[in-house]
Order: sequence, then structure tokens, then C-alpha cells
Amino acid sequence: MDAIPYTITPREDTGLYNARLGIWLFLSSEVMLFGALFATYVILRLGALDWPRGASLLSVPLGTFNTVVLIASSVTMVFAWVSLKEGNLGKYRLTMGLTILLALLFMAVKLFLEYLPKFRHHHYPSENTFLAIYFTLTGLHALHVLGGVVVNAYFWGPGAKMWHVEPERFTNRIEIAGLYWHFVDLVWIFLFPILYLL
Amino acid sequence: MKSKKYLIVGLSLLLLTAMTVTVSRLNIGIAFAILIALLIATFKGSLVASFFMHLASERKVIHILLLSTLFLFIVLMGLILFGRLNVYEGMSHVP
Repeated sequence: MDAIPYTITPREDTGLYNARLGIWLFLSSEVMLFGALFATYVILRLGALDWPRGASLLSVPLGTFNTVVLIASSVTMVFAWVSLKEGNLGKYRLTMGLTILLALLFMAVKLFLEYLPKFRHHHYPSENTFLAIYFTLTGLHALHVLGGVVVNAYFWGPGAKMWHVEPERFTNRIEIAGLYWHFVDLVWIFLFPILYLL
Repeated sequence: MKSKKYLIVGLSLLLLTAMTVTVSRLNIGIAFAILIALLIATFKGSLVASFFMHLASERKVIHILLLSTLFLFIVLMGLILFGRLNVYEGMSHVP
């Protein structure tokens, strides 16, 4: 038996390799983390006498652009996994590299075109309830994007050495990283209309 | 073949994003706008989960796990909404 069992072969009882069950358990906890914050948003919005339309305080074109960027990164991420399934490391490097670049583009837009101009105009989370929940939700989401970039960059660079010794295990690792990355995209799919459009 | 399927899902997501933005600009009232936006977001989310995350062909144990999570999330939101029915008159809004 390997030092860590069930990294490739599925367990008899779950029918899954361990990391796949593990990531879904983690993502379930993430649903409750973001769920609690969405619930907070609902409480604050229902309890407020007046609630601004997101478009009056935030840039809808920038939000839309970032949505397109994240969706594109989800497509390149799934292509990275497909490339490994096809045994094509070169194509994997290209598609995973694109995923990382798109994630960095998302972060750059968020930081330099959204957060910093707001701070320059003295729009801080303490200004009103809308900005407080906006910065909390998007800030937590941005931290998740950052975490994804770190993991994906590792698998694009030094982590890819595993492909030469254990290709199947490496492919599974990319599948797990992909599940996390698509979840980050999924959260943004809800954040964008709630904060920017409604 | 698989790549083509993922590309179609990606393009559908982009199209639905454009639809969300367009609908938000229509003068249809905030309650209806919220309903439509959340319906489109839920549809987009299920496309991501079903195809990119392969949930459609995932094992039963994962479906049970996620249904349990969904149940707890509904309980969480339900407690909040029921809680709002039990607020003293004049205290329902944050100044």
C-alpha cells in the first residue's frame, strides 16, 4: 500500500479517491461560510430603510468584465484537466498558465480599478452598510481567488514534476484544484448580480 | 469532443451574463428584477456545477453530502426570515 492510500484508486465504501471526497466536504463548509454571509446580506438589506442600487456605487462594466474573466478561467481550467486526461503536458501548461493569468487579471481589476479608487475617494467599509457587506463579500472572495492562484501556480510550476512519475495522481490533483476553482467562479456568479445589479 | 461540450457551456454562461445585465436595466420593479437575476444566477450555477464540476455524473455519496448542505442552508435562511416575523413594531429597520 502507498504511504497515503486511495490517491488514485477509489475506496470500496465511497467509490471515490480520498481527495475527491475531501474537496467536496471542504466545499460544503465553504457553502455554509458564504451562505452565512449571504444571509447577513439579506438581514441587512431587509432591515435597512434605504438600500442603494449597486450600479449607483459600483461599476457595472468592470463587474461584468470580471465575470467574463472568471468564466473564461473556468473554461481554461477544465481544459487543463482534459489536456492531462489526453496525456498532453504542453497543452496543460498553456491552459493552466492562461487560468492563472486570467485570475491575476481579475485580481488586478478588483484591486486597482475598484478597491483603490474607492479608498482614494474615502469610500471605506465604515461608510455605510452596503459598502461594509460589499467589501466583506468581495474581499473574502478575492482571498479565495488568491488561494487558487497560489495552488494553480504550484501545479503549473514545481508541482508538475509529479506528472513524470505519477501521471494519474497528478491528473487527480488538477481535478481537485479545478473543483475548487469552479466553486470560486460559482460564488462570483451569485455575488455579481446581488452586489452590482440589484 | 469533451472540449467542445465545455466550450458550449462557457459560451452559454457568457450569454446568460449578458442577459443578467440586460434584464437589470429594464424597468420591471426591484422585486421582479431580484427574482429574475437569482433565477438566471441559479441556472448559471447549476451549469457550472453539472458540467465543469461533473456533478451530473458524480457518486451518490457526494449528492447526499450536498443535499445535506443545501438543507442546512435553507434552515439558515429560514431562521432569518422567521426571525423577521418576530420583531417589535418600530424595530424592524436599522437607522
